[in-house]
Parts: sequence; C-alpha cells; structure tokens
Amino acid sequence: MAGVAGVNDFQWCFSQVKGAIDEDVAEADIISTVEFNHSGELLATGDKGGRVVIFQHEQECKNRPNLRGEYNVYSTFQSHEPEFDYLKSLEIEEKINKIRWLPQQNSAHFLLSTNDKTIKLWKIGERDKRAEGYNLKDEDGRLRDPFRITSLRVPVLMPMDLMVEASPRRVFANAHTYHINSISVNSDHQTYLSADDLRINLWHLEITDRSFNIVDIKPANMEELTEVITAAECHPNQCNVFVYSSSKGTIRLCDMRTAALCDSHTKFFEEPEDPSSRSFFSEIISSISDVKFSHSGRYMMTRDYLSVKVWDLNMENRPVETYQVHEYLRSKLCSLYENDCIFDKFECCWNGSDSAIMTGSYNNFFRMFDRNTRKDITLEASRESSKPRATLKPRKVSTGGKRKKDEISVDSLDFNKKILHTAWHPKENVIAVAATNNLYIFQDKIN
Amino acid sequence: TGNRAVLSTSAEEKCEKNANLVKGEEVKLKAKYPGLGQKPGGSDFLMKRLQKGQKYFDSGDYNMAKAKMKNKQLPVAGPDKNLVTGDHIPTPQDLPQRRSSLVTSKLAG
Repeated sequence: MAGVAGVNDFQWCFSQVKGAIDEDVAEADIISTVEFNHSGELLATGDKGGRVVIFQHEQECKNRPNLRGEYNVYSTFQSHEPEFDYLKSLEIEEKINKIRWLPQQNSAHFLLSTNDKTIKLWKIGERDKRAEGYNLKDEDGRLRDPFRITSLRVPVLMPMDLMVEASPRRVFANAHTYHINSISVNSDHQTYLSADDLRINLWHLEITDRSFNIVDIKPANMEELTEVITAAECHPNQCNVFVYSSSKGTIRLCDMRTAALCDSHTKFFEEPEDPSSRSFFSEIISSISDVKFSHSGRYMMTRDYLSVKVWDLNMENRPVETYQVHEYLRSKLCSLYENDCIFDKFECCWNGSDSAIMTGSYNNFFRMFDRNTRKDITLEASRESSKPRATLKPRKVSTGGKRKKDEISVDSLDFNKKILHTAWHPKENVIAVAATNNLYIFQDKIN
Repeated sequence: TGNRAVLSTSAEEKCEKNANLVKGEEVKLKAKYPGLGQKPGGSDFLMKRLQKGQKYFDSGDYNMAKAKMKNKQLPVAGPDKNLVTGDHIPTPQDLPQRRSSLVTSKLAG
C-alpha cells in the first residue's frame, strides 16, 4: 500500500473462489453483503437465504513467503429466517442486507447482521478447552450417585478440537416500519445506527427494547413523498456525526449534539444539475446507492448509478472527484429501465490508505480508481481467469464503432452478472468480490 | 445509430453529447409507454419501493368464494402465483410456500 503506487502498478492475482459452479443459481445462494473485520483477519458474507459465512485468514506459509495466506471457512450460521407479519400482511425476507463488525475487545468476535426488519448481534467465540473431572457427573454426562462420592477433585481444563460457536446475543426488533438499508457502528463502540427508507434509529448495543429515532423524513401526507433514505453511516472518529444519502442524490451530514431529532442537517451536499441535461432518468440515476466515509474521516464517497463521487466534508456544493464507472450505459438507459437494472444498488469501498476506491459493474466487471494518478482499471471476476495466482488482465468495453480485439461491446455485456458488493482489506491489498453466488478473493502480487 | 467517435476534449461538448444520448433514451421510453407518469422519480415509484413485501388477502372474498365454489368454477391461479388480486380468490394451495433455508451455504462447502 505505497502511497505513490497507482492502481495500474498493482498486479491483481486470483487467489480463491468460493461457492458452487452451478449454472442454475438458487436465489438463496446469492451473496448480499461482504465485509472484512477491522483487522482483516475475518471476512464475512451474508446471502439471500439469511445465512452468514465467515472466513478466516490462515497464517502465511513459511515455505512460500511470496504468498499471502488463504481464507478458509471459520464459522457459518443461519442469521435470519423468513417471517410473515400477520398484522400488516407483510412478507419479511430473510436476506441479509448488511453485516458490520464490532471492533474486537476480547477473544470473541462480534458482528451485527440485519435483514429488512430485525438487527441481530452475533458472538463468534472459540472453544479449545473443555473441563474434565467433574465431581457430580461422569465424562459421558451421566450423573454420579452422590452417596458414592468419597473424595473431591478439581476439574481440569483439557485441550479439545477447536470449536467455533456463533450465538445470537441481542435481537433488536420492531423499530422499523420500512425496510432497513443500512447499519453502522459508532466510534464510541457503544451505539450504532440503523436506517430504513424514511427513518434512522440510534441504538445502544446493550439495550434491545428501546431505540432513539434521530431522523424522520416521513411526510405528514404520504402523497407528498418525494425522496427516501438510501444509505447512512457513522463518522469513523467523530461519534456525534453521521451522514445519510437520498434517492435524489443528496447527502445530509448531521450532528447529534445539535438536537435530539436531526431532521435538520448540519451540512447538505448536492452537486448542482445542469438543467439542460435533465431527463426522465435524471433522478433515478442520481439516486445514491451507497455512502462510505474515508478511513481518515475527511472525505466521503457516494455511488450513484453511473459514477462514484468523492466529497470533501468541508465542501458541500460539489464533489472533489468524480469517476465514471460505466458511462457507456447512458445509451442503454431505456432498456435498463425496462429490465429494472437501472435500480440496481451498487456499493463502493476505499482501500486502507484511502488512495484507491473500488466498485462493481455488470458482466462481472469491477472497477478501481486511483485517486493520486487518476488512473483506472477494469477487471473481471470469472472462472476463466481463476487459475492459481494468475494475474488478472485488464478488460475494456468498446463504445465506438470499431471493436478492438479483446474488447467487449456494450451489447454483449451480461446484465445478469452484477457485482454489487466488494470489500477491500483494511490493511493489505486483498479484495473480496461477490459475483452473484460466488465469492472471489484477489491479492496483489508481493514483489 | 449515431455513435460517432468523439474526439473533442471539451467538457461542455461531452456534457451535451451525454445529454443527447440520455434524451434519446427518454424518447424511446416514452414511445413505448405513452402513459408513463409525470413524476418519474416521484411518488408512484417510491410508494412501490415502500410497499415491498406487502401481500393482499380478503377473508370475506375468500369465504364467499369457498361457498360459491361448489356451484361455480372460479379462475384458478395462473403461473404467477403471487398475483392474488382481481377475480382470482386465493386458496391455500395457491400461496407460495414459506420456506426457510436450513441448508448450509455452498460458500462453506
């Protein structure tokens, strides 16, 4: 992660792919969220079937120092189940919308996982010892006859095969009328926020029967509804600050010290629109699908349908950087509206040093942008380029009439192969890319 | 269809070209769907988003239909079993099964 090296100086190599190669993808297997923990040791995925799979980075092999270790399955559990709210006649999907790790405070790991309505705090703990030599029961669990016990012994801890157990420690339910799109752990490590289409709530991690509503944009008359909340995040080091984005392409920064209800923002970020370019599609493609603070806390990044924008928190009237993800789709907006792809919600992420950003696209392509050199690269997550340690070849979409060799034309793109979720290791050049039901892990070749 | 190679580096010209591309797409869409709403990103689209997961059932209709079923043949659910509105009266057989995936994820395989 040198500050000077650009994205094209990286040599991204295939490391691993997880998941089945079936042609027929079961809906439950579609990955819906990917997240590294704060050290990068653990990588969690959530899917539409409500399951969470956690991978752990194994120690590097001493014999081959030029390879980083691999990620292997550490724990897997069913986080959420499908539900039916009979009172409201509402079907609640078990799909995991987001996973967020808590910072590690002891030997156990904690994460928050959420579906549309309920957030759960999971503890993932290891057990590698077991007590043996109980007084009141045998090794196989049978109770001993107390009258036959003639001496006392102290149970001894004996090693056992490592067991990783996931248990739900808290269930935060019944606080959201609309569908939860975001959760974010606060830097105070005590509270977190959850956001749905119209409201944002603040929770204490220890308290499940109460939460504070801090943003409410529901109009008195629903006929007047013009925008919804699309994403929200807590500031990485200022525990009183959070942001939320809207379907109209705006971002509001709020300070919880100013008022209990943060309906009025402290800062309002919006890029002025050129009125001559206004069209039926303008608002839809300006809808922000993801917002992420930089690790430094000085910038934030937003993803709309066609671009990624970096904003300086000190400048509200326009972004400081704009990166086009797949501008060639402008000439396809009609069909993308008809097949609903225009409503796809792409996420985006920063690398550990905030010098590069990454986001997904169609045809299993994903894009990386270097903020220093302004160079960009398109890579593909595919089984074809999945040979061990094979370097990924840059891909290119041809927009003009002449298609060069190795380029792919816009009309040949597979819009069913969407990369909506990607994650970048917090410290190293290791990335996780979710391609429908497969999880790809790529690493930068260590020189 | 008019995708000429753009050699100009002027940001303004690029914006104009983009605007024309998008306007062209808008014309295409309006030609296909003349009744498309005046507020494209507005209420209707947002209300649909908010109502995701909503299921409809009228127990009165259901019970009346059960009573009538002995005499009259009612329309049966078509391929799209989720569409339980209009003339079709849902029966327990029509409703999509609530399933829970207790199968381990293939990522862990």
